[in-house]
Amino acid sequence: MKVAIPADSKSMDSKVCASFGRAPYFVVYDTETKDSVFVENTAASGTGGAGIRAAQIIADQGVGAMLTPRCGQNAADVFRSADIKLYRTNDHSIKENIEAFVKGELPLLEDFHAGFHGRNRGGL
Amino acid sequence: MKIAVLSGKGGTGKTLVSVNLAAVAAPSTYIDCDVEEPNGHLFFKPEIVREELITVKIPQVDEERCVGCRECVRFCNYNALAYVNQKLIIFDDVCHSCGGCVLVCPEAALSERDKAIGKIEIGVSGDVSVYTGILNTGEATGIPIIHRLLEEGSDDGNKPVFIDCPPGSACIVMESIKDADYCVLVAEPTLFGAHNLNMVYELVKLFDKPFGVVLNKCLNEENPVDQFCSDKGIEILGRIPFDHELASLNSSAEIVAHKQDEYRELFSSLLETIVKKMGESAGSKRDGVLSDLKKMSGDTVSGERGEALHGSHSTCSDGSVKGVKPKEVRSEAAVDS
Repeated sequence: MKVAIPADSKSMDSKVCASFGRAPYFVVYDTETKDSVFVENTAASGTGGAGIRAAQIIADQGVGAMLTPRCGQNAADVFRSADIKLYRTNDHSIKENIEAFVKGELPLLEDFHAGFHGRNRGGL
Repeated sequence: MKIAVLSGKGGTGKTLVSVNLAAVAAPSTYIDCDVEEPNGHLFFKPEIVREELITVKIPQVDEERCVGCRECVRFCNYNALAYVNQKLIIFDDVCHSCGGCVLVCPEAALSERDKAIGKIEIGVSGDVSVYTGILNTGEATGIPIIHRLLEEGSDDGNKPVFIDCPPGSACIVMESIKDADYCVLVAEPTLFGAHNLNMVYELVKLFDKPFGVVLNKCLNEENPVDQFCSDKGIEILGRIPFDHELASLNSSAEIVAHKQDEYRELFSSLLETIVKKMGESAGSKRDGVLSDLKKMSGDTVSGERGEALHGSHSTCSDGSVKGVKPKEVRSEAAVDS
């Protein structure tokens, strides 16, 4: 299965990017072949709806799981439609998060923040 | 005569100024363009005579016709569309209603439907017509509501119109002031106030609108906004004192000009100054173009509206003062009571 992770730089040893939609790159890692590819996130510079476009990019990579520290509601809607499961990453490196995912140690990400134009805008 | 009241941030006194100007100018029209949180109606307590739902166009897909070519997804600059698992997803609240997706769809699979984003309320409060725009929570933009408000409210006879703008200097403020004949910028007497004033100052300069500044919450001490206005050569139209009684009445949703003679005098005097400045701005322009205007329309230049208010000041009718640069005069037309 392919998994994707937002990345600040093109290195498996770097930390997971704190943002999903605005991450400069995504690592797409194949758990079977152990190949990894860095995909540029062309949505990052958009004025709005970056999460939606980023989720579209991920879905088009044929990914089965997205590992990310956070995710907006709109992007989560795209992932749900694309049958992509979301897992919450920790403070460790991309490589370590992938290892944790393979061992089944990453929890599901189930709380989503409202989009920029969010329907569920509310207090923190 | 359309006078827009604006400021770089909320809480400076836009509503205080526009509500009380409309009150002393009555018969008049008050338009609340601060559609995200309109509060002028709290002061006027108008009897609502008409409501109108405001809608925008949102795409909808006919899944039978959609072949998944993604032309619409590629086209949408706002990323309001996604296509996954052979299904088009439309994000209504990201959509800016440009209609482009419908145009580019080669299969005619997209059509448009109406989506309500808010409403306008038209009411009366004594001699003041009160127009209120209300944007539903969570909607991206109130511009369609402001557009409709101004269309309705500006067409209300020859009464002076007071436009209570949203705070800041973004698109919704531009929409609110674009047809205004004069802009009143309200500022607080702090460094932060001067910074925020600069934002709207740049905006009205960009729009080439005649304008002046009202200083609110004035104390008898150094005022950074005074310095800013002096440096830029901006006219100060009036000063509203930092006054416990005024603040108390205003925070109880009372129209202060109706409550005390001294406040009525303050806002009447401010209105008089504004009308005078409008006349001067129009006059400086008029000197050069009077003959052209006369050729264009026999009654384009008219003193009627100004005279209706104050007997002596003349002002141009709608449109003819547009594009007039404010005179670079330092004047402190105090309206202290």
